[in-house]
Amino acid sequence: MRKISFSKAINEALFEEMSRDESVYVLGEDVGEFGGAFGVTKGLYQHFGAKRAIDTPLSESAIAGAAVGSAVTGMRPIAEIMYIDFSTIAMDQIVNQAAKMRYMFGGKVKLPIVFRMQSGAGSGMAAQHSQSLEAWYNHIPGLKVVMPSIPYDAKGLLKTAIRDDNPIIFIEHKLLYSEKGEVPEEEYLIPLGKASIKREGKDVTLISYSRMIHFVLSAAEELQKQGVDAEVIDLRTIKPLDENTIFQSVIKTGRVVIVHEACKNGGVGGEIVARIVDSEAFNYLDAPIKRVCGFDVPIPYNKRLESLALPTKERIIEAVNQIVK
Amino acid sequence: MELQKEILIDMYKTMYKIRKFEEAVVDLCSQDLMRGAAHVYLGEEAIATGACHTLKKDDYIVSTHRGHGHCIAKGGKVHKMMAEILGKSTGYCKGKGGSMHIADLECGILGANGIVGAGIPIATGAGMTSWIKKDNKVTLCFFGDGASNQGTFHESLNMAAVFKLPVVYICENNHYAVFTSTDKVLSVENVSERSKAYGIPGYTIDGNDVIEVFNTVSDAVKRARKGEGPSLIECKTYRWLGHFVGDPENYRSKEEVKKWKTEKDPIEMYKTKLIKEGVVKLGEFSRIEDDIQNEIEDAINFARNSPEPEEEELWTDLYAR
Repeated sequence: MRKISFSKAINEALFEEMSRDESVYVLGEDVGEFGGAFGVTKGLYQHFGAKRAIDTPLSESAIAGAAVGSAVTGMRPIAEIMYIDFSTIAMDQIVNQAAKMRYMFGGKVKLPIVFRMQSGAGSGMAAQHSQSLEAWYNHIPGLKVVMPSIPYDAKGLLKTAIRDDNPIIFIEHKLLYSEKGEVPEEEYLIPLGKASIKREGKDVTLISYSRMIHFVLSAAEELQKQGVDAEVIDLRTIKPLDENTIFQSVIKTGRVVIVHEACKNGGVGGEIVARIVDSEAFNYLDAPIKRVCGFDVPIPYNKRLESLALPTKERIIEAVNQIVK
Repeated sequence: MELQKEILIDMYKTMYKIRKFEEAVVDLCSQDLMRGAAHVYLGEEAIATGACHTLKKDDYIVSTHRGHGHCIAKGGKVHKMMAEILGKSTGYCKGKGGSMHIADLECGILGANGIVGAGIPIATGAGMTSWIKKDNKVTLCFFGDGASNQGTFHESLNMAAVFKLPVVYICENNHYAVFTSTDKVLSVENVSERSKAYGIPGYTIDGNDVIEVFNTVSDAVKRARKGEGPSLIECKTYRWLGHFVGDPENYRSKEEVKKWKTEKDPIEMYKTKLIKEGVVKLGEFSRIEDDIQNEIEDAINFARNSPEPEEEELWTDLYAR
């Protein structure tokens, strides 16, 4: 099967969905003529024109707000926020408008918007260009949150997200864009709210998403040599959370380590722990649940400090060893 | 006045309906039948009326927290509005939105909004749809003097100007942003001066003169429909009550309020004009006014007698299928 990059997979999803439905369009900074700050929207402007790959001024609240107004008048906008750190400027339109309008209006409108946001640390962009803010969006009723880890998932999930009639935060890790993976030529969709088991195992459940999946899989290989057989669950969708897949795995293994790049305090990991403890799976736990997360610091600029701030393969292995011995 | 008699009378009816509706809302608040906050449009009727009467049914408006007037002027049904204000299941939003979130998509009302300035980018987005689809529709965006200081105002006007979006931005300058006098927080004398910053036409007009509002907005709507882009129209007006119903209004003098109510009442001024120009005889008004009073009475009764929403409604309309 052919291998393409994460960013090419997303680009293909955009091309296919924009060809399929003329109410789908992209807007954002540099997304048109330039092809996107990370090249993800390359070619859309040349193929579909300036009115479907719209180069907006540098105005996050107007970009997000225009997406809202356009969505309630019949379009299906895909708004790109260049760095998730900048979404703070668009916060009112995403949280108070897009997430709530359907409910506040008694079901009269739908907001079929995808807010594509680039995120993550590890490239030396420092504190204001490196965050993982999925926990904020996870907290807002009315939104869905998707974070793929591989090109195959990225393409299938984005296509589904575009066809979904709800406002969706689609988060792409900056260091995944150039990573390649197998993607079929034929069209396919991946449902939201369904995790995928990236590696089956029986001794411990490792739950993660986005770039950390690759660290977790690497740790799992190492652990296998130590005689620990790890099951790796890739959430793919943060909200709605695939509880069933999580609970079934915990029932099987009895031990859990959750890994995410975002800060531990208030992160998605805590929510997962709470849900496991409050479920039938609790009775099958043989050890406390561990979380390996970004430390609660802004991401530092210095390379070594930056890598210290984030989860590593070693920290993941150590956490597993704490609960399997 | 070159406008047809029918439009002239219609505008009187709209203004009077807004006045009576809002008086009824104030009354409901005083009886403690309405919870939360009500932001009434008393004194500002001419703006919503003159502006909305320039539009077609499928044109759009985006409103504010002080939105009852806009909704009525754009064709909103008073019984569904009243029911929504009382939180009933028969309201526009099944009782889940309340006063600040009334919307009627069939009339092109894209919603009142509880966040000051938030409607401005939304209206810009509606304009973006029209620009992409070439559907020949125009969007009116209402907002206040306070909102003209929000970042959203500046971002949206720039964006609309760049793409020549068919949006008319209407600033209702009632001289107070919540509890603060506008002259303390606005860096320019007239909000319309800011139009120059975005390279679009800007006007400051008497917001209490419904004909002037109609004519100015009408020209701007024509320009927008022709693809000539957005305009900024500042309508100077005054709100008779405080920011919300129950506001003790310690930040402004009773004399100032009285002056506007007695000397610049948009409805009295228009009534006088219609009689003077022989459009309507004095005697005809009572029939018009009685009909509207009855309509409002019916709306109140409908709302008061309507049921509360069922408990299940807590969970509905969160996500579209």
